Amino acid sequence: MPAIPLAKAPQPSKTDPAQIRNFCIIAHIDHGKSTLADRMLGITEVVEQRNMRAQYLDRMDIERERGITIKSQAVRLPWRSGLDGQEYILNMIDTPGHVDFTYEVSRSLAACEGAVLLVDCAQGIEAQTLANLYLAMENNLTIIPVLNKIDLPAAQPEKFAEELARLIGCQPEDCLRVSGKTGEGVEVLLDQIVKQIPAPVGDPNAPARALIFDSIYDSYRGVVTYVRVVDGHLSTRDQIQMYSTGVRHEMLEVGVISPEPVPSKGLGVGEVGYLITGVKDVRQSRVGDTVTNYQRPTDKPLAGYKDPRPMVFSGLFPLDGAEYPMLREALDKLQLNDAALVFEPENSAALGFGFRCGFLGLLHMEIVRERLERESGLALISTAPNVVYKVTDDTGKEIIVTNPSEFPDGKIMKVEEPIVRATVLAPSEFIGAIMELCQQRRGNLLGMDYLSEDRVEIRYTLPLAEIVFDFFDQLKSRTRGYASLDYEPIGEAEGDLSKVDILLQGEKVDAFSAIVHRDKAYTYGVMMTTKLRELIPRQQFEIPIQAAIGSRIIARESIRAIRKDVLAKCYGGDISRKRKLLEKQKEGKKRMKMVGRVEVPQEAFIAALTTDDEKSKEAKK
Amino acid sequence: MGTAVDSSALSFYIHIPYCIKRCGYCDFNTYTPAELKVESSLSDVSQGYIDLLITEIEMAREFSTAIHVPTIFFGGGTPSLMEPSDLGRVISGIATRFELSADCEITMEANPDSLTKERLQGYRDAGINRLSIGMQSAVPHVLKVLDRTHNPENIAKVVTWAREVGFAEISIDLIYGTPGESMADWEASVDAALALGTTHISAYALIVEQGTKLAAQVKRGEIIIPDDDESADKYILADNKFSAAGLNWYEVSNWSKAGSPCRHNVAYWQGANWWGAGPGAHSHIDGRRWWNVKHPTAYRERIENSLAPMQEQELLTSEEKSREEIMLLIRLPGGLKREDLDSPQLTCVEGYVASGDIDRAEWDLGSLTLTQQGRLIADRIVRDLVL
Repeated sequence: MPAIPLAKAPQPSKTDPAQIRNFCIIAHIDHGKSTLADRMLGITEVVEQRNMRAQYLDRMDIERERGITIKSQAVRLPWRSGLDGQEYILNMIDTPGHVDFTYEVSRSLAACEGAVLLVDCAQGIEAQTLANLYLAMENNLTIIPVLNKIDLPAAQPEKFAEELARLIGCQPEDCLRVSGKTGEGVEVLLDQIVKQIPAPVGDPNAPARALIFDSIYDSYRGVVTYVRVVDGHLSTRDQIQMYSTGVRHEMLEVGVISPEPVPSKGLGVGEVGYLITGVKDVRQSRVGDTVTNYQRPTDKPLAGYKDPRPMVFSGLFPLDGAEYPMLREALDKLQLNDAALVFEPENSAALGFGFRCGFLGLLHMEIVRERLERESGLALISTAPNVVYKVTDDTGKEIIVTNPSEFPDGKIMKVEEPIVRATVLAPSEFIGAIMELCQQRRGNLLGMDYLSEDRVEIRYTLPLAEIVFDFFDQLKSRTRGYASLDYEPIGEAEGDLSKVDILLQGEKVDAFSAIVHRDKAYTYGVMMTTKLRELIPRQQFEIPIQAAIGSRIIARESIRAIRKDVLAKCYGGDISRKRKLLEKQKEGKKRMKMVGRVEVPQEAFIAALTTDDEKSKEAKK
Repeated sequence: MGTAVDSSALSFYIHIPYCIKRCGYCDFNTYTPAELKVESSLSDVSQGYIDLLITEIEMAREFSTAIHVPTIFFGGGTPSLMEPSDLGRVISGIATRFELSADCEITMEANPDSLTKERLQGYRDAGINRLSIGMQSAVPHVLKVLDRTHNPENIAKVVTWAREVGFAEISIDLIYGTPGESMADWEASVDAALALGTTHISAYALIVEQGTKLAAQVKRGEIIIPDDDESADKYILADNKFSAAGLNWYEVSNWSKAGSPCRHNVAYWQGANWWGAGPGAHSHIDGRRWWNVKHPTAYRERIENSLAPMQEQELLTSEEKSREEIMLLIRLPGGLKREDLDSPQLTCVEGYVASGDIDRAEWDLGSLTLTQQGRLIADRIVRDLVL
């Protein structure tokens, strides 16, 4: 049996780097990464059968439910190779699978020497996987191509082996075939990891250098920092220092994950494990930073540390204004665990007090919102997401706009917006549909390559703002769900953009303002005015609803004044009932927001800010 | 606030919970013989019912400190199904325990189908001096949607007989906004009602009450309810025609010649004291409201066991009282006075004066009278004033 009992396996801090293999698994959502990881935990016997649960490594409920990994993890797996009979330590570093977390992925990759490229052999490689594969290749990682789900009836291992071979430049027969579900081929895969992936190399006598590839907040332990030791040694007796901040920390605990935390005396060259220093905020222990020894610090930090830059902004407001302090508390708590989340207070005339939040991308935004609602029980309204604009006014002054309300009213020289390079992978029959969508969204075709006979990679530059606004949903619906998308920011470009305001009875409703391309301003204006006409109840005066760019009205609707609001009959037996109805209406009135003289039910705000697509999703539930 | 309540006076509402047939729009507390599952005729049932009412009137005598009775109102159901002698027994049941005011108004709601000149004579002799006739519409296809069985031509006949036997105060009830009713249909009904030359007309917008046959038809999409704008136009048409004919509004849905408002109903709106006898009837005495058990059988059991038939009561807080007063008095011209309102309410009123919903000249003199346009949004104004 190739598994080794933990107690007899090579111990942390005393493991020869030659016995270590550090690898990660690159895979698209749903391609079975978590199932394969579960299988590895089972085969190496680090988790006993009776303690096994699905997606063992995904710690947050939300990860398990959505089947995606948000925070990466590292697990130490002892393994006796079936090829040479020697003992090895395999460190499996889990990577987030989504484009929003590219930076975290790249740090995870930097902690490895090799990567398992896992592809569902019923679906083939997807755009996000491709992006991560290129990242891994840039990091000079050894790639082991693996086709998963060979047990599926729809599996086409030959076809996708060809595709993978073409992508990474190997032979189709080099692609391993496994089933995470049945366990078939997984032992072979573990042996191949040992055989193909190089052992880590480092100087045990040099000043300590360890790369932080993840950092999470645990409510009992404070911040838990995941590191990969490159040079030297980290031990519980040391004081450590963060290279970027120079701040010294006590080391309270060092250990490895197997897959529950196991304290150890230290970590040596090539080893992967965790540190606990008692800090309470992940921002003090940031992904990409170098950990070194305080007494004997290094002067050469490990490559690549950057602040994650928020790309998408949205306002978050509590439905009940009284919950504003709770929202602040919840955001503070979330930030302990999410260095990429930024927020600042925002006061909207329409929605009251809330926060302007910055996210890495749309998924990040959705996850934050869901976690706030789930973990803190808050009911929230979020405004339509927008990107960051650089506006130059006619005096040459540059203004950074993260909120449409900050868009200057006066004359504007130019507006610049973030541009991304987007990669779409899809069956070739959808080329037309995809190109049509990208053209509508102001895209420029960069190129197109066939991955195999009937699968194609299409590359476009697109304004990020176009992607933020339901691009992915549109892409999915036009390709019957077959297309996958990845994008990365590549800079900024000038755009013909303007701010569209929505006015109720001449009063601007800040929550509905949007920065849109001139060609789409009219569409946006018509959509919002029509929606609001349906959502706002008639009042005793006529309510004009207008969409405007500056002082120019581009669309208008109006809600006719209500002419009749009186109960015809009110006799002896009706009085109590009518009074109670009145008292009930008082509760309803509390939830009205006033825009000038106009009473707008909160539901109208929510519905107007919800895209039709979300509504139809709700309806399907 | 408003008119000071005279606690020596007690009005009576007498509920007659029987109908031959239930109309499609009606959600009142009334029962047909089939619903009551009685094999005997309605008159056998009603015989015993009068005794129950008299027992409850005796309870009123014990409970109340009032001395005189200014108004009595027989409502239903269909009071005109009852024999004149039965209603006579109720009236004398009240008269022997309280003092009927010299000008006591005694109204009976009447279905034109169940009336003959002889019966009308009987009711007049029993002491009834005011009739409220459910005409609803003069247009057959509208009556059909309402499920009313009467022949519209009978109305004129009934009104003539009633006058001949000595009824001076006659009211006609109309309903507007029935599905399928055109503006011309409604105008025809208004004209027909005016042609009768009565002293009083009530006109109500049709309300689709839950649980009625009409509500079920609407839900199934068989019938489409006209929108509020159309109802507003119909109200305006009626109000203009009524006032041109010398019938002036004295409540949102009621018009009368000078000196002929229904004093019983005015008592409700002015917060006076009244006792409602019969199943499901509501009462109000000095800020206490209660209502009786709803079903005739439950009512009978209570009375026969010498128990009060009250199902539930509420004692109004001063806040609730003031809310009710605004809600009710605003329906009457000049019902609310400047001194009845606090300063935020006065500001609110000024807004509605400016928008033409409250009569400016009257307000300058210190009393609140809704304009035609304002009457149509009276509930909205109430919400603004009290919430």
